[in-house]
Amino acid sequence: MIKTIISEGLPVDEQLLIRKKTIRNGNGNKRICIVTGTHGDELEGQYVCFELIRRLNENRAFLDGTVDVYPALNPLGVDSVTRGIPTFDLDMNRIFPGDPNGHLIEHTAYKIIQDLKGADMVIDIHASNIFLREMPQARINVKMSAKLIPFAKMLNLDFIWIHDAATVLESTLAHSLNVIKTPTIVVEMGIGMRITRDYGNRLVDGILNMMHKMGMWNGPVTKHISKPEISNRGEVFFMNADVSGIIIPSVSHSVDVRKGDLLCQIVDPFEGTTLQNVLSPVDGLVFTLRTYPVVYEGSLIARIYSEKPG
Amino acid sequence: MKEEILFTMKSPYRDDFKIHGFRFGEGEKTIAIVGAMRGDEVQQQFVCSQIVKNLIEIEEAGKLIAGHEILVIPSANHFSMNINKRFWAMDNTDINRMFPGYDKGETTQRIAAAIFEHVKDYKYGIQLASFYMPGEFIPHVRMMDTGFQNIKLAKKFGLPYVLIRKPKPYDTTVLNYNWQIFGTQAFSIYSGDTDTINKDTAKTAWTSILRFMNNMKIISQNKHEGHSSYILKDSDLETIISNQSGILYALKGAGDEIKAGDLLAKILDPFTGETRSSILAPTDGTIFFAHHKPLIHQSTVMFKIVRF
Repeated sequence: MIKTIISEGLPVDEQLLIRKKTIRNGNGNKRICIVTGTHGDELEGQYVCFELIRRLNENRAFLDGTVDVYPALNPLGVDSVTRGIPTFDLDMNRIFPGDPNGHLIEHTAYKIIQDLKGADMVIDIHASNIFLREMPQARINVKMSAKLIPFAKMLNLDFIWIHDAATVLESTLAHSLNVIKTPTIVVEMGIGMRITRDYGNRLVDGILNMMHKMGMWNGPVTKHISKPEISNRGEVFFMNADVSGIIIPSVSHSVDVRKGDLLCQIVDPFEGTTLQNVLSPVDGLVFTLRTYPVVYEGSLIARIYSEKPG
Repeated sequence: MKEEILFTMKSPYRDDFKIHGFRFGEGEKTIAIVGAMRGDEVQQQFVCSQIVKNLIEIEEAGKLIAGHEILVIPSANHFSMNINKRFWAMDNTDINRMFPGYDKGETTQRIAAAIFEHVKDYKYGIQLASFYMPGEFIPHVRMMDTGFQNIKLAKKFGLPYVLIRKPKPYDTTVLNYNWQIFGTQAFSIYSGDTDTINKDTAKTAWTSILRFMNNMKIISQNKHEGHSSYILKDSDLETIISNQSGILYALKGAGDEIKAGDLLAKILDPFTGETRSSILAPTDGTIFFAHHKPLIHQSTVMFKIVRF
């Protein structure tokens, strides 16, 4: 069943529609929600929605509970290759928990929260942006880590990044749900404007595994669930460009590097010169890597997880 | 006046990005004024440029009061303004969601850090702000209710209204909030418009800032007293939300006094021109905010009214 949770008039002829697919079976009262498409240029979640619904449709008898799938919280953005909310130029993931008496987008955010509230688990799928490729990972606020890490481990991801409270953005969907005790895990994977089918299949396997452990799914589950690295056992290093220029990569994504390895060069095409050799400061795992070649001073190039700090 | 380059960054192919600062007087760091941080804040840039122009004249006339330093940063994002983008030209991030900044972080975090480093130790901080909704305001002073705000000071601008509002989650990363947390008395001046220049409301804004400086004995330039500001909270404003979408045919705008039952606007069917909705004033009052784009969505804030 597809249910419309928001329908508001656009100026000419059209409605802003936010819809969810509900798949329900059995007598179980557990409910999980899969949400994505908050940023219109992040499309990895589209495959996850498709594949999860396809598998559930084919094996519905194994389901005991409710799965709500929201493929596009920002339908105008997804359908127009726009990261933010078109016409408002706003990042939708910075307006939660919304306001029932506020502007269209604020009360849209409020209604989304109301619809998700009370779920036993929400998986909020993101796909980085057009600049950076991300290893399949969960991102969790340290304050929620005790509750969420066990679930994140079920999702067949490679990495769990626990954020200090000071760096958590309070206006995100995930934070707003977690503070009202609706457990929510942010999954980041892949890259904007693309679908990485392998990552999508892995996450769907992980979601079914989690549902199995929650007692919602009696169907087949992969036996090969990845054991993710957890960031609190080490340290995350950020590599930012010291200079503006063009990046020529030297390593691939998701590889282990040694301290001093060349990650990329930042070059000046006018002069044919290298402006910066970007070297790894540690032995570690490259879990974020820039793929978009143009950088300014400060542009993020890579994030490296190292088990041995410093 | 000393013109300084406060921050420089090279671009792969564009000219260097530079943040200019205009410094007046010497002594205590008394007041910092920041203009456009978004590429569409043309009105805010214009207001700041007029403040610089006025301060140059005041300085030449010997009317800067000794012992005070004034810093004006008219523009912090002309890389976006020059190409008609609102947010940062490369990655579309908002400099005014990056405070207090991080000098080893992403580009806009570095820009925010550089701005904050220069403006953080001033006694008073003024930002020429814009709103995310398209529309026009009555010029007013806005303060966040952080516990550090001083309403008496806000009245020194002599603008008709001072609006005090509770911070929302995203506010913790804006300049005004961080100014207050770091001990500066911070004010946001809303000068009416954003992407167009309204000469009247712009003049109201820059005059109010000069009035504040005069009242605080930073300059000596007598101005008329302005208004005895009315203190508002968000909850004091009556909000009218559109019950239809379509073409907005507005009959009243910001600053208009209205009576209950007055016709404020019509929402027209975009195909037939028929009136879908007549928007009537629910109360006597003054229009504080008016949506002013020609197309309107359903469930959108059309008007905010100060009740009499």
